[in-house]
Amino acid sequence: MDRINLKNRILTAVFWVFLGAFSAFAQHSDPNPHSEPTPTEETGEHKEHSKEGKFDVMHHIADDYSFPLAGDYYVWLPLIIFEPGKGFDVFLSKELHNPDPTTGLIRGKYYYNHGKLFIVEGGHLQLDDKGHPIGKHSAKLTDIGSSHVFYDISITKNTFGLLLSVVLLLVIFISVARAYKKRGTDTAPRGLQNAMESIILFVKNDIAIPFIGEKKYAKFLPYLLTIFFFIWINNLLGLIPIFPGGANVSGNIAFTFVLATLSLLLVFIFGKKHFWGHILWYPGVNVPLKIFLAVLELVSVVSKPFALMIRLFANITAGHILIMSIIGMTFMVKSLIGGVSIGIVTSLFSALMFVLELLVGAIQAYIFTLLTAQMIGAAVEEGHEEHKEHAAAH
Amino acid sequence: MELLNPSFGLVFWMLISFFVLLLILRKYAWKPILNSVKKREDSITEALNSAKEAEKKLATLKSENEAIMAETKKQRDIILKEAREAKEKIINEAKTAAQEEANRLTIAARENINNEKMKAVTELRNQVALLSVEIAEKILKEKMGDSAKQTEVMENILKEVTLN
Repeated sequence: MDRINLKNRILTAVFWVFLGAFSAFAQHSDPNPHSEPTPTEETGEHKEHSKEGKFDVMHHIADDYSFPLAGDYYVWLPLIIFEPGKGFDVFLSKELHNPDPTTGLIRGKYYYNHGKLFIVEGGHLQLDDKGHPIGKHSAKLTDIGSSHVFYDISITKNTFGLLLSVVLLLVIFISVARAYKKRGTDTAPRGLQNAMESIILFVKNDIAIPFIGEKKYAKFLPYLLTIFFFIWINNLLGLIPIFPGGANVSGNIAFTFVLATLSLLLVFIFGKKHFWGHILWYPGVNVPLKIFLAVLELVSVVSKPFALMIRLFANITAGHILIMSIIGMTFMVKSLIGGVSIGIVTSLFSALMFVLELLVGAIQAYIFTLLTAQMIGAAVEEGHEEHKEHAAAH
Repeated sequence: MELLNPSFGLVFWMLISFFVLLLILRKYAWKPILNSVKKREDSITEALNSAKEAEKKLATLKSENEAIMAETKKQRDIILKEAREAKEKIINEAKTAAQEEANRLTIAARENINNEKMKAVTELRNQVALLSVEIAEKILKEKMGDSAKQTEVMENILKEVTLN
C-alpha cells in the first residue's frame, strides 16, 4: 500500500513539475520575439512564420524533409531525388537549411520554401506571379508522367515513421511467433504473446469469420491482421510527441490511399460471379433499370474504399489538429489570464485529448479492418443474401 | 506538401513497406501463430472430449461398482441370515437335547429312588418279620413261665412296635 502511495505521489510531483516548466516556457517565450532585433531583409510574413512556426499545427501534421526535435535541433534525413534523364541525387536534409546565400539555391539547382522542393533550371532562381519558382516541382500522384516534375522518394518524416512502424511490427510479431515455437502449444501464452494473441483472435473471430465466412476467411486473414496492426501502431506512434514518434503517418492521405486502394483491388481480384452479377446486371429488373443500377452499384463499390481512405485520414488528422490546437491555445491566451494558469488548464485538457486519441487510434484501426473485411466478404459471397452488403455499408 | 494530394514518394514507400510487411509477417508471423493457435484449440477440444469420455467411463464404473456392492450386501445379508438361523437351530437342538437328558436323568433318579425305597421297604419288612419271629419266640418263652406276665410282656412289646 505505502509503496503504491509513494509511487503515485512521485508521479504526481513529476507531473506538476512538468506542468510548471511548460507554463514557465510559455511565459518566457513571450517577450523574446519582441526584444529580438528583426532582420531587415525578412518580410513580415516570414517573420510571423518563424515566430509562430513552433506551433504551426498544419506544419506538424504535414510531412517534412527533416525530423524536428526541439527549437532549432533536427534529425536530418536523406533526400532521394530522381530526375528523369538525369538519375538519382541523394543528400541530407541539412543542406536544405543552408542555401547558397547569393543564388538562394541548394546544390546549385534545388529551391526549398515552406516544405516544398523545386528544381530550378540553369542555376538561376526566377519566381512566377504566384511566387513559385519556374522549373520542375516534386511530383504528386496526380502529375505522374508530366515533364515538369521530378520524383522525390526521400526518406521524409513520414517515411521514417512508416519504416519505423514496419520494423517494430516485424520485431514484435516475429518474437511472438518465436514464443509459440519455444513454448509449444501445450503451455498457456504469456506476456506479449498473450496480449497479441487475444488481439489476433479478436481480428480472426470477430472481424474475419463473421464478415467473410468460415470457409473463405483464412485466405484474407493475414491481410486483415497486417492492416489492423499496421494502422494501429502508426496511430499510436503518431501520438508520441517526441522523436522517433510523432510522424503523422496514418493521418497522411498517401497512407490511407494505398491501404484503401489495396482493399479495392482485393474486391476486384477476388470478386465472384455472384457479386459482379448483382452489380453489373442486377437480376429480376428491366433493362433500363439494370443499367441505372449498374452505374449506381459501381459508384458504391468505389465509394466504399474512398470513404475508408477519407475516414482514417480525417480522424487521425483531426485528432492531431485538436491536440496541437489545445497546446497552441496556451500561447494564444496567455496574455489574458497568465501563462501558468492557462498552461495547467490546456495541459490537462490536452492530456484528456491524448487519452481520447488512444481510443480513436484503436477504433479507427478496427473500423478500417472491419469494413475491408465486409467489402471482401460481400465480394466473395456465393449465397443469396444480396442485401447484406448494402446494410453494412453504413 | 499538400494535405489531400498524396505525394509520390510516400505512396512509393508505403507500397514497398506494406508489401514487405505483409509478405514477411504472413510467412514468419501469422502462419506460425495461427497454426499454433489452431493446434492448441484442437488439443484443447481433444482434451475436453477425452475428459468427457473419461467421465462417462467413470460413471459406468461407478454404477458397476454400485451393482457389485449391492450384490455383495445381498450376499452378506443372506449369509448372515443363514448363520443366524443355523445358530438358532443349534441352540434349539442343544436345548432339546439338554432337556431330554435332564428328563432322562430325572426319570432315572426317580427310578433309583423308588428302587432304593423298595429295597428299604423290603428290608424293613424282613427286619419286621425277624423281629416278629423274635418277639414271638420271647413271648412263647414268657408264656411258658407266667401267663400273666406273658400277657403283660406281650402288651408292652406290642406297644413298642406300634410306636415304632
